[in-house]
Amino acid sequence: MKEITIISGKGGTGKTSIAASIAVLAENHVIADCDVDAANLHLLLNPCIESKNNFWGMPRVEIDVDKCTGCGLCEELCHYGAIKSGKVDVLCCEGCLVCYHACPEAAVRLVENLAGEWFICSTKFGPFVHARLGIAQDNSGKLVAEVRKQARELADREGKELIITDGPPGIGCPVISSLGGTDLALVVVEPTLSSIHDLSRVLDLTSHFGVKAAVCINKWDINPENTRQVEKMCSEVNVPVVGHIGYDPAVIAAAMKGKPVIQMVSTVVEDIISLWHCMQEELGI
Amino acid sequence: MKIAVSAAGSEVSAPAEERFGRCAYFLVFDKQGNLQEVINNEGAASAEGAGIKTTQVLLRHHVDVVLTGRVGPKAMTALSSSGVSVYTGVSGTVAQTLEKYKNGLMEPLAVPNARQHSGIKGSGRVVK
Amino acid sequence: MIISVASGKGGTGKTTIATNIALALSANNQGIAYIDCDVEEPNGHIFLNPEMQDAREIYIEVPQIDNEKCTYCGKCADLCAFGALLCTEDSVITFPEFCHGCGGCQYFCPAEAVTPIPKKIGRVEKGLSGNIIFARGCLEVGAALSPPLVDAVKARVNADISILDAPPGTSCPVIHTVRGTDFCLLVTEPTPFGLNDLNLAVQMVRTLRVPCGVLINRAHNGIGLIEQYCQKEKLPLLMTIPLSKRIAEAYSRGVPLVKLDKQWEADFRQLYRDIEELVAG
Repeated sequence: MKEITIISGKGGTGKTSIAASIAVLAENHVIADCDVDAANLHLLLNPCIESKNNFWGMPRVEIDVDKCTGCGLCEELCHYGAIKSGKVDVLCCEGCLVCYHACPEAAVRLVENLAGEWFICSTKFGPFVHARLGIAQDNSGKLVAEVRKQARELADREGKELIITDGPPGIGCPVISSLGGTDLALVVVEPTLSSIHDLSRVLDLTSHFGVKAAVCINKWDINPENTRQVEKMCSEVNVPVVGHIGYDPAVIAAAMKGKPVIQMVSTVVEDIISLWHCMQEELGI
Repeated sequence: MKIAVSAAGSEVSAPAEERFGRCAYFLVFDKQGNLQEVINNEGAASAEGAGIKTTQVLLRHHVDVVLTGRVGPKAMTALSSSGVSVYTGVSGTVAQTLEKYKNGLMEPLAVPNARQHSGIKGSGRVVK
Repeated sequence: MIISVASGKGGTGKTTIATNIALALSANNQGIAYIDCDVEEPNGHIFLNPEMQDAREIYIEVPQIDNEKCTYCGKCADLCAFGALLCTEDSVITFPEFCHGCGGCQYFCPAEAVTPIPKKIGRVEKGLSGNIIFARGCLEVGAALSPPLVDAVKARVNADISILDAPPGTSCPVIHTVRGTDFCLLVTEPTPFGLNDLNLAVQMVRTLRVPCGVLINRAHNGIGLIEQYCQKEKLPLLMTIPLSKRIAEAYSRGVPLVKLDKQWEADFRQLYRDIEELVAG
């Protein structure tokens, strides 16, 4: 079984649009959306939810007013300013539980924290796992790990050979969590200074973790000079450029219709098919 | 000598679990292969530092050897600093994995073989 | 006046908008500041080309164990909610990368064997771009904790008007950026993605009780989607920037809108005045 994780560094480069089209072209696969903070892939795949599951985060705390004597020790000890006049500010609470352990009256209660949900769905293109993290919850690599675990188990159960994962933006913890054990990281970039700046950080990340990387340049024709710069950067670190997708408003039209752009009439269709062939070569499938 | 196998279930016939820090249980055997105890891995519930918390669980139970799959760098440091021998290559059930170990077919791990995993990103307090 | 610029979805144009507002205002005013709060991937400098003047290192407190006093009771390791301490038979190993600086280990150690020591998480840099005060945070590679750095960047500058460029998303670093600001401008794009994520962002901003409004970037004839949402949620729709290959091309070269066309300067100044009115009223 092989896995491809599609990442971008900087957000908005077209990662999800491309992931959806690859999900259409691929065969015998499971699809996973690991962007748990702002999941978008489900908007293009028209999924049918088969199971909905709770994701429990680290417990939060609550002060039991009946037991509280107002001594103020919790407020004094809290390093995050999360307790004021015997009340806990959920947004500031770090979950360190110092107040819980320190309270002489045991007036601090642990409260279960429903931090999000994950879903197993069916789509026209294959089984699909995605999740949603609750508002103001810490961006959790744990939920990303859960989505990947479910995707792997689903693939095992249904005899699927490939997992296509839409990764989170950035280069932080959730991305690292989505890259562990993957066979190919496809990095989607745009030929803009911002995206190029972030590309070098993403490639540092993939190299640091020993993950095989390949780059796809989206909207390459808005700046051919920058496109050449991306190509040069990639060749300097032996990362292959496996796709050039042109700028076409049809991509937006497809998003408006809630369809992967590969199903529309557009010049990008050929570009994406060519991208997929190159990816297959890189993966050896 | 206590040999712990990371497991997805609490029976000897349960599947062995690949991920050290997130396994639900450890089944502990003696050198002869007799099941001594089943440890509930509280470390798996951690948002971050699960590998470290899991190591702490094993230390409390005075485990000498652990048979597992993927171990992150932090967990690896924790395990080797505490003198626990780590072997990788779990496959099939807990019972099958133990057999594999007894036949010398598991790989001793000196360096971590999994990427540094992530946990919840939190706040922390700034020192002025 | 402190305005934060945020969005649920990445890549909608926060930095574009934040830098252009700062540039437009600074044409006629002193005392304008641009603060890049995306400490993981700061990009504002690409458009403002600041001359950096100073940098300060930012620390959190992590535990150091005094082995003479430590009895290896394991209490610190058991109580640590983050797995930053491990107690073996004859040592306590610390993992400062996991430490959130809660002080619990020090407080609960029965042998007083824990001292807090500083650990660097990043730096705050300050400079000038023309007459715009420029500040940004740079997270140390490998450091997981951005919120304390975000707080430090915000505290670094005291200006008449501050424009805060938030990271993408709705999680902790964004909350720290938007919290306490006078107004949050949410940048979106008129697609189902944009709408989905705008809705998440609005919920986040409302939990913070910060008034907000919407700007539609890369607008085409499908903006009805967002307009309807704004009407339903009673959110002011403050500005619309069209989808344009010319604008995209200029952005790709790091050229701000106000440099592309003088009219934008007037438009962004008007945007600021509209926000001022909303905050006052």
